[in-house]
Amino acid sequence: MSTPCLEIESLSATLANGVRVLRSVSLTVEPGEVRALVGESGAGKSMIGKAVLGVLPPSIRVVEGRITLEGTDLGNLSPRASRALIGARTALIPQDPLTALNPSRRIGPQMTDRLVRILGWDSAKADRRIRKLLDDVRIREPDRVLRCYPHELSGGMRQRVLIAAAFAAEPRLIVADEPTTALDVTVQKQILRLIAELQREHGTAILFVTHDLGVVAKISQKVTVLYAGKVVEQADTAALFAAPQHAYTRALMAATPRYTDPMASLRPVDEAVLAGLSAEIATADRNWKPNTKGSGHD
Amino acid sequence: MVEARQLPRRANPRLWLAGGWLLAVLMAAIFAPLVAPHDPLAQDLMLERLPPFWVTGAEPGYWLGTDSLGRDLLSRLIYGGRIAFAVAFAAAIAACLTGSALGLVAGYFGGWADRIVSRIVDIWMAFPPVLFAILLVAVLGTGLSSVIIAIAVIDWTRFCRVVRAEAMSQARMDYVENARIAGFSRIDVMLREVLPNVLPTIVALLSLEMGIAVIVEAILSFVNLSISTDDPTWGGMIAEGRLSIHQAWWVLVFPLIMLILTVLSFSQFGEGLKSRFDPVLR
Amino acid sequence: MTEPLFKVRGLKVALPDMTRKPPFGRVPLVEILKGLDFDLPRRSVTGIVGESGSGKSTLGRSLVRLIEPTHGTVKFDDNDITHLGEQRLAPLRRDLQMIFQDPMSSLNPRRTIGSIIAAPLKHNGLANVGERVAEALARVGLPQAFATRYRHELSGGQRQRVGIARALALSPKFVLADEIVSGLDVSTQAQILTLLERLADEMELTVAFISHDLSVVRRLCRQVIVMRMGQIVEAGPTDTLFAAPQHPYTRELIAAFPLPEIDPDWLASTPVEEKETQPPLGA
Repeated sequence: MSTPCLEIESLSATLANGVRVLRSVSLTVEPGEVRALVGESGAGKSMIGKAVLGVLPPSIRVVEGRITLEGTDLGNLSPRASRALIGARTALIPQDPLTALNPSRRIGPQMTDRLVRILGWDSAKADRRIRKLLDDVRIREPDRVLRCYPHELSGGMRQRVLIAAAFAAEPRLIVADEPTTALDVTVQKQILRLIAELQREHGTAILFVTHDLGVVAKISQKVTVLYAGKVVEQADTAALFAAPQHAYTRALMAATPRYTDPMASLRPVDEAVLAGLSAEIATADRNWKPNTKGSGHD
Repeated sequence: MVEARQLPRRANPRLWLAGGWLLAVLMAAIFAPLVAPHDPLAQDLMLERLPPFWVTGAEPGYWLGTDSLGRDLLSRLIYGGRIAFAVAFAAAIAACLTGSALGLVAGYFGGWADRIVSRIVDIWMAFPPVLFAILLVAVLGTGLSSVIIAIAVIDWTRFCRVVRAEAMSQARMDYVENARIAGFSRIDVMLREVLPNVLPTIVALLSLEMGIAVIVEAILSFVNLSISTDDPTWGGMIAEGRLSIHQAWWVLVFPLIMLILTVLSFSQFGEGLKSRFDPVLR
Repeated sequence: MTEPLFKVRGLKVALPDMTRKPPFGRVPLVEILKGLDFDLPRRSVTGIVGESGSGKSTLGRSLVRLIEPTHGTVKFDDNDITHLGEQRLAPLRRDLQMIFQDPMSSLNPRRTIGSIIAAPLKHNGLANVGERVAEALARVGLPQAFATRYRHELSGGQRQRVGIARALALSPKFVLADEIVSGLDVSTQAQILTLLERLADEMELTVAFISHDLSVVRRLCRQVIVMRMGQIVEAGPTDTLFAAPQHPYTRELIAAFPLPEIDPDWLASTPVEEKETQPPLGA
């Protein structure tokens, strides 16, 4: 079997006051597959993405666990080497396409910057590459868009630009952090299709963070359901939707709106399910001792 | 709806009026020997307290009249502009460079760098600025360079506070995080992602600070702590004019107008520049 | 058949476009609503759906007269409220309530929940304010102890419950609910919608429910108005509209909604050509 693209083993993180926000999370992303991380707010799904990219806020500390990127344990590297590896192998498609672009710089230099200055491409090659990708995301007038400032583009256009930028350096893994949450549904559908197309074409693995089970069903092959920083259920996406195993997953599905079946959907989550989960977590927290042998990074 | 915010550049009267006035005063000051109708220091007691040209009793050639020693007011205002602008540029740029650099580092890096810088700023701000300036000049001795040093030493905190706050909010932006993920170094991110967004504010503050420097210099001249009393300064002229307000109002009023217009122009020019160079506001 | 609560005819709203404000002189206007005709039947929830920029929020705000229409008429309960001034509007305000999208910013951080709910009651000179506040809290399923708490001590779902309690404390005839669940998690969303559904039924409210989410509208609303770029694209009873959408835009909107079920062909069924044409530079 090939080396996984990303392997997270028993990752735990705490706030400054010692409260755990990630609870021994383990998951694997195989090369070229899309794994969805789904959960409600506070589930820690974005935090896992940030931990992988090495940009956790300073208030959050990784206390145990290992993150392995294409066979290299990031914890064994110096901060500088780990940054360099993350920079070379990964990219981010962020949630808010407005704050993810620098408002006072034109699109063109923002996109080529990384290729030229980090990867050392010559600028003609970088320019060709960016134009190819803008074409892939169906941006018709690349010359004009490259000269624009971010605020001159619509939300959907900005997100296309960010997708093109993410794929430009041929990363092995992309973390997509709620990339369509800020968009209208019709635009969301286009963006999802573009991500899926490019992902297939480039064979890139994606860790797709979302709160929307509908999006999970459409974009991913594997799925990890999280609650309060704990993995509740992991499965092939098809299997999960066919037969969700955990009561929480079932409750979440019943709460998700579905216009085809209005009366069966939008059911409030049963308090007993949440109480059961909370009790389970409380017991686990009491018995938990950080396993310091593992090496988290940064 | 399509967001249509790319707009034709429109004339900005604030920017052009203020800029025009500043340019005129600056040019007159630089070419003072050519422009000024008289020697600003030449006294002629026969010509004392001549009124401006539209008042009866005015003497041709003395457009804005003369002071109690018979010196030509217009020429003195033009020469006074030299000192005002020299102080404005030198002091504001020095304050700006120090304050912005410290503010940028403190705001972007945070941690101990921020703690040290913020503590110093707090201590600095505890002193009343004008008193602080008078104290400094008293220690350094009067003269152009001590005035400039005093203003820079006092006012760098203004830049530091504002730039720090802006850099802090910038540091939390997703594009800053994204640049870190891409592998850019912290210094690189600070200069390439954060600084361009703070720059419009720095420019506006710089212009405002020039106006403030002109006022501080005038205050120091007013209390006779600036440069030697012979050289004409707007503050010094206001101090002298105050003594003869009942006999010759113009000796006080013209330097005051000059001071107010210039200070106002600096602040308006700064605001105009900011909206001009900020791609989001523009 | 009873008379509808709202009768709207030829409604046009133009707002000043500050992005094109010249340095001097009049600010140019942009037409947000381009002539709408519709009725809101009594004691029934009507959904207003559309994407960003469709004008759905502007429409809502003209119903509760936070915005004055430029043309057309808005009749509420047989009163023409289109151009009523604040004073003549005041007695009607009781019956025109609103639940906001962001309960965080719609609740004053420095006042207790109790005093927030009490404010409109006192303003309208009602007796037994304390009792009515208690009743309002009970109605939305919040414990009485919440009356002494502050905004920041509440979760997102609880804040939205307070928003509902405040809007309904006066037993209004009409409530405008503007994207009230868009910031909430699905489980909380379900609770809030079930609550609103129950209260609308019990209190015989007329509700305009603005949302971008078709499936939520499908569940909650008896009829739907679909909007796009300031115009009504399609309107009708919810069941009919979902069973046989007439307008291509409605069909596109329905098809774009990702259902939580596996469908390998779903993504391929959408064109990804750059649809949003950008305004030309310097135009």
